[in-house]
This record gives sequence, structure tokens and C-alpha cells, in this order.
Amino acid sequence: MLFKLSLKNITKSFKDYAIYFLTLILGVAIFYVFNALDSQTVMMNVSSSAQDIIKLMMNMLSGVSVFVSFILGFLIIYASRFLIKRRNKEFGIYLTLGMSRRKISLILFFETLFIGLISLIIGIGLGTILSQFMSLLVANMFEADLTKFTFVFSKASALKTVIYFGIMYLLVMIFNTVVISKCKLIDLLASSKTNEKIKLKNPYLCVIIFIIASIILGKAYYMVTYDVHTLSEVTDIIKPIIMGVIATFLIIWSLSGLILRISMSRPKFYYKGLNSFTIRQFSSKINTTVVSMTIICLMLFITICFLSACLTIKNSMNANMKKLAPVDAQFATLMNMDKDYDYYRGFGYSDNQIKNSHIKVTDMFKIFGMDITKYFKEYIEVNTYATHGLTMNDTLGSKLQMMKDKFPFLNYSTEETIMKISDYNKVAAMYGNKKYTLKKDEYIIIADFESLVKIRNVALENNEVIKVFNHSLKPKYQKCQDGFIDMSSNHINTGIVVVPDEVIDENYLNQNYIIGNYKVKDKDKIAALENKINALRKNPKVTDYLLPSGNTKYDIREATIGLSAMVTFIGIYLGIIFLISSAAILALKELSESSDNRERFIMLRKLGADEKMINKALFRQILIFFMFPLVLALIHSVFGIMFAMNILEVFGKEELFSSIIMTAIFIVFIYGGYFLITYLCSKNIIK
Amino acid sequence: MGNLLNVSKIEKYYGSRSSLTKAIDDLSFKVDRGEFVAIMGASGSGKTTLLNVISTIDKVTSGHIYIDETDITKLKGNNLNKFRREELGFIFQDFNLLDTLTAYENIALALSIQRTSANDLEHKVKDVAEKLDIKNVLNKYPYQMSGGQKQRVAAARAIVTNPKIILADEPTGSLDSKSAKMLLERFNYLNEELKATILMVTHDAFTASYATRVIFIKDGKLFKELYRGDKNRKEFFEDIIDVVTLLGGELEGAL
Repeated sequence: MLFKLSLKNITKSFKDYAIYFLTLILGVAIFYVFNALDSQTVMMNVSSSAQDIIKLMMNMLSGVSVFVSFILGFLIIYASRFLIKRRNKEFGIYLTLGMSRRKISLILFFETLFIGLISLIIGIGLGTILSQFMSLLVANMFEADLTKFTFVFSKASALKTVIYFGIMYLLVMIFNTVVISKCKLIDLLASSKTNEKIKLKNPYLCVIIFIIASIILGKAYYMVTYDVHTLSEVTDIIKPIIMGVIATFLIIWSLSGLILRISMSRPKFYYKGLNSFTIRQFSSKINTTVVSMTIICLMLFITICFLSACLTIKNSMNANMKKLAPVDAQFATLMNMDKDYDYYRGFGYSDNQIKNSHIKVTDMFKIFGMDITKYFKEYIEVNTYATHGLTMNDTLGSKLQMMKDKFPFLNYSTEETIMKISDYNKVAAMYGNKKYTLKKDEYIIIADFESLVKIRNVALENNEVIKVFNHSLKPKYQKCQDGFIDMSSNHINTGIVVVPDEVIDENYLNQNYIIGNYKVKDKDKIAALENKINALRKNPKVTDYLLPSGNTKYDIREATIGLSAMVTFIGIYLGIIFLISSAAILALKELSESSDNRERFIMLRKLGADEKMINKALFRQILIFFMFPLVLALIHSVFGIMFAMNILEVFGKEELFSSIIMTAIFIVFIYGGYFLITYLCSKNIIK
Repeated sequence: MGNLLNVSKIEKYYGSRSSLTKAIDDLSFKVDRGEFVAIMGASGSGKTTLLNVISTIDKVTSGHIYIDETDITKLKGNNLNKFRREELGFIFQDFNLLDTLTAYENIALALSIQRTSANDLEHKVKDVAEKLDIKNVLNKYPYQMSGGQKQRVAAARAIVTNPKIILADEPTGSLDSKSAKMLLERFNYLNEELKATILMVTHDAFTASYATRVIFIKDGKLFKELYRGDKNRKEFFEDIIDVVTLLGGELEGAL
């Protein structure tokens, strides 16, 4: 009998449950898809380093999954508490009829069991289908050929999903039992009768709180953007975060009182059509949900920032890769290390390594038994120089103190990298960068690491004259010029001082480079060649001779692809979960109130409001409810993204705009979808 | 004075062919402008159905209802809503005030639905509040008011739009006798001083005795009509009781 009752309850209250159900299914499906990612790639022909990265990615994703399960767990408990509340009267009637609490708990137990089972079955089914599409995406990212596409079902992921969600449902069952055993009959029966008390908050208090909250928020914004360079430790960021959370709560609290007051003071607006009704509806709802609104707002904020940051990293990395790793390989070795014996000793270089640091790259390879040049189709050899006589202290010149005050964490006594203009132009030609000319008394600084570019530009604008090997030089440009010599996946060139050839003292040779393209073109053959070069590390001579270090396009590419795949997947995973959780809470709240609203809308109809008017009022009411936390989250995000870009500046900002657009599309799709479903369901309920 | 409301041979059936219920069975009557008519009958006699079809909440199976020459059984869609909001005023047994709005806003809402400008709104609400003696509760919410106050606010909402006819469904049903008396005296005032036409459904003889005419309905048919004429309320009440007795105790609770 109990079993039957539960089943009937579910089918009966399907309208209330539908969106909850949908969210559960989506949650299960997404959980499955992201935990099944590795099984999609097993079938593909990806390189071994890509395999390693995928393994790392899976480890990260399962860590994220634990976090995700916490969020979904909270959502499920919140939602079920909500749904129980709606049914207080029903349980009250059961109790008056003499049903024991234990039996009511049993009804709820069966209900949770049904919902859990059905959502798991449908969710994993949906997830299996979705993960087939996912494998297309994965293959595309890791550039694997999908010739041998097979239908994959991940048993491990399915099992994990069942266990995680099983635990969540179990917790819900325990939670429900506790709630039922604690409640009093009188409260259950009277709950629908006790009228919601409407407290109008003191407007002056609201204004004061609002102003205080705005100031706190403004300060937090300032701290993470314009004042960001003072945040030198990771823990420093906690302060503005806490300030932001408190301010968000206070703003929502005060606005919930103010919105009503402000609109009431404008009678022409307030008493137009159903406006008074809509605003009251909204304000009574938000008054009772300040905490959830705050959480939703913060979740949306995190989603927006996180997703746009992840997408920026991904997009920028792919763009950077083409630009910053334009040739196959670049090898370099340190020269004249004995000049700074103690310094290098401190880094752990051996005596012999330092003693033997007069051998150039090609000769060094020969010592290790390899003629590197014969593998190159074309290559160039260039040098860089360094001297104690030219450090950042010198290049910044008169602006040094100012910069030291502003950026105390920088090491200003690092030697600058100096390069001959002819050498730099060789590199630039190889990389496809811009070439330069210099007069006898001029220099250029080449840099692409944004924050150092900014620092150096201050000195350059001041026409700071520097002394290089006893030659006084003045800047040719008032700004750093874009370029680099070390290939990498990011903009990390902190600065190269390019000077006329005749200035250079060859005794201060610091690094010798060879840069070029391999003869072999095929991906597999390049991998084989680089394996051979990497194998030199096992040569016993490495203790006496410094093996040239290399940056190769192949390495950078593999690392980039892996990292960008990782951030993309984690971003999308968390983004979807956060979005559906926050949208689901709003939707549940709105829909569960639809029965109260039903009476109200019937009333409005009796007063002669036509359908168009009523639909408009309903639409607005739900729209405001959904937009309120989003708008605040968007304002937060402006500063949040600015902060994120500051941290992630090595990746470049070029791709920020397109990432924000993608994030917006993502949010419109999921959040907007929930909004639309809520509107349509509510419309159906009040009909 | 001409007919304001003309109910002509209406029928209302419920159910399927196998189990047909005639809620209203060939019923006709007329109400003049400025009349205060009470409709009495036992539960199930069809009085609420009658009010529902007059108020266009429900549709008749056959027959016609004219209000001021307009056949309201033929109205559809937005015309129906327009008619409802401009010609009719409603008062319900359970007040049906919106609990999120203050008394003032509840009354104002009826006006703003009619797109009354905000400038006219205030004095209209104040005006009607004075007439119904609810000026001191205008800023209260429904949960802060007594039943009688709520019903008077509902009455204020019904008449503020200047409807042609006020339809009241068991308006004293949820009130104690003192509040009921106060409300009915207000009805009399509206009827006598402001010439409002009121059609009220009730099963309570005391409530009905405030009307100028009482129509008794039994099994969906007109059973009897009583005019108050020159009698005072007490005499009229006794007349009503006689008919109720005649109806055979089916109107239990009316005494």
C-alpha cells in the first residue's frame, strides 16, 4: 500500500517534480560523461605524452567530481526539503489518520528510491549518448583520427556515478527521516494557514546598509583590480573574497527592501497595470530567500569568471602556440659560467660542467655523440650576452626607485639579456617577426610579458640612457617591441636589450643558440628524433658537460593541447554544474510557489485582468527573479575577470572577447533554458 | 427604471449524457437598476452556479443573459475580460484579497487593471474607503485585518471601479454576526445612497432580509419571489422565514 501511495504521489506531483527530475538527470548525465572521458580516448590513436596528460586530466576531473558531488548533494537536499515543505498538509492528514511516522518516512524512502533509480537509469543512458559526442570533441582536441569510431560505454564511470549518487540519495533519505520524525502535527496542518507576514524593512536602514555594502564591494573591487600588485601572497586574496561575499549578502538584503520602497514612491509606475502585484510578488519572494539568492549570485559569478578564464586560456594557448613556437626546435647552452662560479654552483651545476662551459651547442652535441646540424634542414646560430654592468637597476635608471616602491617583489639585480641587432634580426627572420635597424647610439628592448613591458615602458618613455660595455645608448622607441627568442607556449619574454653589433664585448657571451627546422616533417618521425635527443640525458657525460636544453614545437604543442583540454573540460564541467544548480534552485522556488500563485492569478482574472496582462505579469515576475542574481553576478564578473586576466596575463588577452561571448552563449542557453521552462510550467499551472 | 439584468430561460447542465445534472433548469428573472436582490436556496439548489454564469466565470448551456442590452453569453476572449473588469464588481465569501498587497493596493489594483491613471487613483480609493469606513486599515495587510474589515475592503474593491452591478457570493459566510451586520448596513448605504445594483447569493435569512427583493431557488428553478415593499427589515425577515419553512427545512441553518 505504501509503495502504491509513493508511486501515486510522484505521478501526481510531477509538475512540482519535473524540473527537479530534469536537473537530477542532467547532473547524473554530466557526471557520467566527464568521468567517462578516458574510456573515449583509449580507442583513439593518441601519442604517449598525450596519454600521460589524459591520465593527469582524469585525476583532476575526479577531484573536481568530488567537489561537484558536494554541490549536487546540497542541491538535492535543498530541493527535497522544499518539496517536503510543500506537502506538509498531506503528511498531516496521514498522521491524523493514524499512520505512524515510520511509515511516512517509508513513503518518502520509496519516493526517493524511485526518483533516484529512474534518474540514474535515464541519466546514465543520456550520458552514454552524450559521451559519444564528447569523443568527437576529445578527438578533435588531441588531434586523433576518428577512423575507428566505436560506441563506448564506461562501466567504471557508470559504477562511480551510481556510487556517488547513491550516497547522495541515501543522505537525502536520512535527512527526510529526521525531518519527519521531528515535525509536529499542529505545524503540519496549520502550515498553509499561517499567513506569510510581510515585514517592510526600515528604508533608512536599507539605504545605510546598501551604501555600506557598496563601499565594501567597491573596496573589494579596487583591491583585486587597480591595487592588485599589493596582493603578493595567495592568502591576501581571501580578504577581498570575504568582503565580496558579505557585501553581496548585504546588497541583496537591502535591495529586497529598497526595490519595493522605490517603486512605491513612484505611483505612476507602481499603479500601472499589474505592476504593484508583480513587484510585491517579487519582493515577498526575495525577502525570504536572501541567503539562497546570495549563494546563487556567487555561483553564477564563479561560473562566469571561471568559464571565461578557462576558455581564454584555451583559446589563447592555441593562438600562442602558432605564434610563439614558429619553428621546430631551439637549443641553447650556457657559456662562460666560470665568471659567476659561486652563482652557478649555487644552482647545483658541477665543477666540470662550469669548467667546460666554453663549448657551443653544436660542439656540445658532438661531445655527446650527435651531429645535430645534420638533422636540420635549415638553422641559425645566435648568441646572447650578459654583464653585471647592465641589470634592471640600470635599464630602469631614474625610474628605479619608483618601480621598487610599486613592485617590491621583483629582483632588480638580475643581469639583462643583451643581443646583437644582427643576431636578433636573424631570429626574427626565422620566426617571422619584425626586423629592426639601429643607429650607433640606440637600443631597443624586446619583450612580451605584459607586466614587465609596462614597467620597462615607464623608463623608455623617460628616454633612459644606458651604458652597455662602456657605450652610452639611448632608446630608439619609447615602448618595448614585441618579440622573443625562447620558444614557449606563453608570453614570457621579460626583456632583451638589442644593441648595435659593434657595442658587444665577446668576452661576455652568455648563451649560444641554434634555432631551426628539422628535415623530417612527419609527426611520428619528429617524435622519434626527439626521443633520440632526450635519450642523451642518460649519457654518463652529463655530469661533466652541460647538455644543451631545448624548446621544441612538438613538446610545446603536446603540453599545450593537454593543458588546454584540461582547462576546457574542467571549466565546462564546473560551469554546467554550477549553472544547473543555481537555475534549478530558482526554478524550484518559483514552481513550488505556483500553487499559491494560482489562487492569486485566478483572483486577478476575476477582477478582469485579461490573459495577455496576466502572462506579462507572470513573465516579468519570473524574469526579474532570474535576472536579479545574474545582474549582480555580472557586475562582480567584470572585476573578477579583470583580476583573472591579471593573473593569467602570460596567456595573453587577445582571446578574452571571444571567450566572454562563448560564456555568454553558454549561460543564455542553460540559464535561459531553465527560465523558459519555469515560465512555461508556471503558465501551465496558473491556467 | 429599466432592466439592468435580464436572465432569460437559462439552463446549465453538468456531467455526461449518462448522468446529467441540471444545476439550473429554465430560470428567468429580471433585476432593475438600483435594486438589491438576494438569491436564496439550499446547497445544491444552483445559486452559486447562477452567480457564476452571470459573472461570466461559467457558461450557460442554453438561454441568454443580458446586462444593459448586451448578451453576455455571446462574449468571448478579451471582450469578456473587458466586460468583467468594467461592468462587474465581485465580493466573495473568502474575501479573495491578495495577501501580498495592502488594503490600499488591493483596492487600487482593480483600478490599475482598468488602466486608470495614477492621479485619479488616489482620490478614488480614499473616497471609497470613506464610504466603507475602512480608512484606518488602508495601509494594513490582509493578515492584519479582521474578517469584517477584509470583507469591506473587498467590497470597496468591487465598487471602486463603478461597476453596473455588484455580485456578492455569500459575503457574510465567513463573518461573525456583528461584522456581518456592519457589512450589510454598508450594502444598504451603497444601494440607497449611491444607487448601486447588488445581486447577492446567500443561504442566510438574516443576510437576505437586508435586500429589497429575495428570489428563492429550488432544484435550479424559481421557487418564489418576495418584495420588501414598505415593510421594515424585521417584518421582511419573518416573511423570508415563512418561505424558508415552506421550502421544507432544506435550507437548514437559515433560521
